[in-house]
Amino acid sequence: MTTALGTSPVLERADRAPLTTDELAARIARDIPAGSYVNLGIGQPTRIAEYLPADAGIVLHTENGMLGMGPAAVGDEIDPDLTNAGKVPVTELPGAAYFHHADSFAMMRGGHLDVCVLGAFQVSFRGDLANWHTGDPDAIPAVGGAMDLAVGARRVLVMMKLFARDGSPKLVPECTYPLTGTSCVHLVFTDHGIFEPGPEGLRVHETYGITVAELERRLGVALVG
Amino acid sequence: MSTTVAATTDEAVAGIQDGSTVLVGGFGLAGMPFDLIDALIRQGAGDLTVVSNNAGNGDVGLAALLKAGRVRKVICSFPRQSDSYVFDDLYRSGRIELEVVPQGTLAERMRAAGAGIGAFYSPVGVGTPLAEGKETREIDGRVHVLEYPIKGDVALISAHRADTMGNLVYRKTARNFGPVMATAATTVIAQVTEIVPAGEIDPETVVTPGIFVDRLVRAEARRLTVEGAR
Repeated sequence: MTTALGTSPVLERADRAPLTTDELAARIARDIPAGSYVNLGIGQPTRIAEYLPADAGIVLHTENGMLGMGPAAVGDEIDPDLTNAGKVPVTELPGAAYFHHADSFAMMRGGHLDVCVLGAFQVSFRGDLANWHTGDPDAIPAVGGAMDLAVGARRVLVMMKLFARDGSPKLVPECTYPLTGTSCVHLVFTDHGIFEPGPEGLRVHETYGITVAELERRLGVALVG
Repeated sequence: MSTTVAATTDEAVAGIQDGSTVLVGGFGLAGMPFDLIDALIRQGAGDLTVVSNNAGNGDVGLAALLKAGRVRKVICSFPRQSDSYVFDDLYRSGRIELEVVPQGTLAERMRAAGAGIGAFYSPVGVGTPLAEGKETREIDGRVHVLEYPIKGDVALISAHRADTMGNLVYRKTARNFGPVMATAATTVIAQVTEIVPAGEIDPETVVTPGIFVDRLVRAEARRLTVEGAR
């Protein structure tokens, strides 16, 4: 059903189950405009590639130095000189290009990359991102290209579960984990709903398997329309 | 000075001093200069600062150099991986220093060193622990952090082909840090699978011009997958 919250309609789908990872990947794929240059982060966001329409002219960027990345390589296609950012062997599509690291990150920092999709430990209501370090004294910090993507991509999308295993929300008033970037997240796609952080507060666009009222209770925030 | 072709990898790495900063090419195993690193282990230089994207995979390449106890400090973007156990043990037991740098900033700091840039302002990392204590400036309404160049005493890189002038071409994503590191060290040593006479590489396709390359050596391609590194 569509319910009014403030000024914008919310697509509230409390009658269905939360999205599976594949449903979420497909949902995010629908929001990526045709013709975009896109970087999909390591882990779950990689799945989005399977749902991008082949005729949409979307070009995948991998920060280790390639545009026009194809699917994972199998069998004889495996070439250790051709990997993605997760060091997984991949393939090249017609029209692919290779380049060195300084150029690859100029594509981000210089605002040439249209969209990136990143995983997250936490996102704050105003769009701060924490996705590189738990801050645990035993953890070995490893940032990779996360900070460059968070600051550089023109649109930063997050793909994550809304709640951690212990039930605590990952959308929070303030991130408690070390930050990757400040006020950099445009949309947060989760199994329970799609959210837009911002200076005025957290907006909800769609919900899955939960009502807006229940979301407000579990997140401890009045959602804005 | 013009590029020299070394007969062996041992000859190629001769003279590397204790305490050197060594830029090591590769992203994971793609583009890792395995033979030059093995030669550096035999050569014996220690107390090294290594600049590389990762901190070694499996037991080969950079991981072997760490395991040999030659490295005092690693400057990298992503040390922790499923097969970074050599680094993990050294780090957890306090036997190695770590400086984590965002990946693009790592590349750009070397690019700056190679291009003679004194320092640069970048928006990456602002408001995060990696920018703490660094000078900031607001430019066009956006806060930037001041980043200094990283210059190597030595760069060890791997490319696909070279000509005798030192011009290099790379192969696929194994290119990664090679072209940037080639500009950013006092002595640049490249291992390649093939060295052809000058004129045989189309000048339009040269990626690293020979002016950046000091020593060349031929070595068989060792293209390893993650499984092959253990």
